[in-house]
Amino acid sequence: MNGTAVRPDKSKLYYPKMPRTWWLQKPAYLLFMLRELSSVFIAIFLIVFLVQIYQLTKGPEAYAAFVQKLSSPGWILFHIVALLFAVYHSVTWFESTAVVMPIKLGERELPRQLVFAVNIGAWIAVSAAILILFLALRS
Amino acid sequence: MAEPTVTLKVTRYRPGKDSAPTLQSYSVPYRQDWVVLDALNHIKDQIDGTLSYRWSCRMGVCGSCGMMVNGVPKLTCAAFLRDYHGQEIRVEPLVNFPIIRDLVIDMNDFMDKLKSVKSWLVRKVEKPVTEGEYRQTPAELEKFHQFTQCINCMLCYAACPVYGLEPEFLGPAAIALAYRYNMDSRDQGRDQRQELLGSHHGVWECTFVGECSEVCPKHVDPAAAIQRSKVDLAKDWFKSMLLPWGTR
Ligand code: SF4
Ligand code: FES
Repeated sequence: MNGTAVRPDKSKLYYPKMPRTWWLQKPAYLLFMLRELSSVFIAIFLIVFLVQIYQLTKGPEAYAAFVQKLSSPGWILFHIVALLFAVYHSVTWFESTAVVMPIKLGERELPRQLVFAVNIGAWIAVSAAILILFLALRS
Repeated sequence: MAEPTVTLKVTRYRPGKDSAPTLQSYSVPYRQDWVVLDALNHIKDQIDGTLSYRWSCRMGVCGSCGMMVNGVPKLTCAAFLRDYHGQEIRVEPLVNFPIIRDLVIDMNDFMDKLKSVKSWLVRKVEKPVTEGEYRQTPAELEKFHQFTQCINCMLCYAACPVYGLEPEFLGPAAIALAYRYNMDSRDQGRDQRQELLGSHHGVWECTFVGECSEVCPKHVDPAAAIQRSKVDLAKDWFKSMLLPWGTR
């Protein structure tokens, strides 16, 4: 691109560098980094879950042994942390849906808070349904 | 009674003399109705005439007075001293840009990007003036109106860590304006802009930090424009895969 603007002499400019700790500068940046980090925990959770299903194919003993391993305090702690990250990730995801895809009702855009609330409501309903189904199958 | 004062810590950088910017303290009168820009003008008029900074309209429309105030990108003509009551006020040049002198940054990079997205109406064939204006309904205007409010103040670039880390990134305002013209019923330049938006340094570099929209003084919401452009590009891609003989 060649503008007609006067270009300052590059050798006289000062180029500030972003500090390595930029993500600690603002709470919003930190929350963003945590959101990115959440995917690591969710990925590990999914791998563990897939292994768990695989153990199921190897018979009841193998499965029971694996579940036994998962009930150690370390794994329980991991699952709690992964759950918190998953909840955080999902909430921010629903927050952004109305930003990414505005929903129009006639002439007007639906307010973002409303879209968010409907999404969260549907999410809670589906989660509750799965939980009830799970508990019913267990008993 | 002595007049109340407030301390301003202002970035000084004199090219050729200083190897790095430093902060200099100035004590200025504290007035309820003063904005940070008034305090800078007071310094320049009364204390130190060598201080350099940019401003023009003093009413939040020209976009030239953007600086970091206590670490947050702000229009200094809209940042009231009273909102920082009892604190020292740190005034620095917008981050993520090279510094020319003191509080003045080099904005050529942004200007080039703004031009590269063709932030104007593109027509395949211009209609002669005698045929009249390009008409538009209020509903058509509504689709992009919010994005026309951008004043090119670059606060969003200062808030964007992606731009800070990857200066090639097209960045929030340029993409918001590309989106604005893409959504304009009178425009025919969408294909040209989509190529750039979908390129390596286009919308896909955005990781949706969202701070650009937080700091925008005109509520343009560049973050929304970027995410919607991603959706549009994805749709274009699916269309071109499913209907290769289609719109291209
Ligand atoms: S989008 Fe907002 S913050 Fe960015 S340049 Fe335009 S007005 Fe300024
Ligand atoms: S001086 Fe014009 S926006 Fe502040």
